[in-house]
Amino acid sequence: MFWTTPEFPVVVKALNEGFLVTLQLFFVTIIGAVPLGLIISFGSMSRWAPLRRPVRWALARKGRKPGRVAKALSAFRPISLICRLVVWAIRGTPLILQIIALFYVPGMLDLFTWGGGESSRFAAVAVAFIINYACYFSEIYRGGIQSVPVGQQEAGQVLGMTRTQIFFKVTLLQMIKRIVPPMSNEIITLVKDTSLARAISLKEVIWVAESFMKGNQGISGLLWPLFFVAVYYLVFSGVVTLLLGRLEKKLAYFQ
Amino acid sequence: MAILEVHNIEKHFGPTRVLEDISFALEKGQALAIIGSSGSGKTTLLRCLNFLETPDKGRIVVGGETLFDAEGPNSRKEQDIRRKRLHFGLVFQSFNLFPQYTALQNVTLASQLLAKERPDFKQNKKQIFAQIEEEGRELLERMGLANRAGHYPSQLSGGQQQRVAIARALALKPDILCFDEPTSALDPELTGEVLKVIRGLADQHTTMIIVTHEMAFARDVADQVMFMDRGLIVEQGPARQVIENPREERTRQFLARYH
Repeated sequence: MFWTTPEFPVVVKALNEGFLVTLQLFFVTIIGAVPLGLIISFGSMSRWAPLRRPVRWALARKGRKPGRVAKALSAFRPISLICRLVVWAIRGTPLILQIIALFYVPGMLDLFTWGGGESSRFAAVAVAFIINYACYFSEIYRGGIQSVPVGQQEAGQVLGMTRTQIFFKVTLLQMIKRIVPPMSNEIITLVKDTSLARAISLKEVIWVAESFMKGNQGISGLLWPLFFVAVYYLVFSGVVTLLLGRLEKKLAYFQ
Repeated sequence: MAILEVHNIEKHFGPTRVLEDISFALEKGQALAIIGSSGSGKTTLLRCLNFLETPDKGRIVVGGETLFDAEGPNSRKEQDIRRKRLHFGLVFQSFNLFPQYTALQNVTLASQLLAKERPDFKQNKKQIFAQIEEEGRELLERMGLANRAGHYPSQLSGGQQQRVAIARALALKPDILCFDEPTSALDPELTGEVLKVIRGLADQHTTMIIVTHEMAFARDVADQVMFMDRGLIVEQGPARQVIENPREERTRQFLARYH
């Protein structure tokens, strides 16, 4: 069997190093995308409509009723529009394409280059992952926030709380409770999506496994490392599932 | 002098007029019951008083201070609206307790947050919080819930939840306590315990506005009764007179359905 071969310890050592990169990418993405997603979700829900007042003022001066154009202008919410467009573009294209574009396009347009080293590849991939996952998270957050009954907010308001206090003391925990199951789904997907980073040759675990097919440290033509990698993913997603399940249980004390 | 004066309040939702020329006054220590069919504007009126809705026209005066004047310059600053809101308390039809907090925490949360704005908060934090908790426990005791302080809303019956909500509203010592159909979400068995608590508040001369469908309760507990229909005040007067001898035909028709 493959674990009795002399290549086994060499391959495992290399896979461990590759999986460390996978883990780094996973955690950096979570740390970046969880808060960024919240900002995007607030942006999507922004009701800031800068043209509403001028339109109303102009109509009042002329004594006219709002027509179709006036209504459209009043409903123009730039922040919300931009955020929803970004979410649409990111969710509407493959992540692998976004990684490649983010890595090569700035150089092609002479804006800047990420450089060629392993760390700069990691940086580019991390940025792509953070943006991509933040967009998915933002929609989950939005659903979570909007599913908290409006009566909760009103109860806070009549008790003299500020909007910030209502968000942090009343809405947030109820929202977290509601988003844990869909977030778990997304996070499990992220565990496996990290393998897309090899599109720009980041040396994550799948890339390393493949290298033993193509030739690495004098070893080539090995297929088993690729399948062996499944164990790494299974163990890690198992741990993540357990932790998120525990969080879900912890929040089960209220309804 | 009346603690609350409402002058010519009008409110539209789009083209629909929900409130029209609403004017009334309420004396300190009195209870006003508002009756009327669904969609007559009762709830919207309470929401206007609590600044959850902004009237299109009219004035609201509490204790001689104009809190809202549709004509005047109205600060939309959160800080100012919050301060004005604290003159009123509101008990919702569906309780709206915070599910992640215990009964006691529901009662004390707002007071704790407000206390943080006190200049002496940092030095006396411990005493202030201890006092707030003490007051919270006393309120729950008055509601007959002394042994439920540590329960979460989901562990309480509807009647108990509503009594916690009443304690929560009382914790901020509002000038005027508003009830929006406080028993409509409760089954008849639980209605009694909530009405008993409100009756107790009336006996202690708490200034209250109660939107209700319990006619007998309105007659026995309220000092004044106001009947609303399609956004208008049809009739207002001493509770017993309005319920038992209404002057207006429309009021009679409405009450006939309850007997």
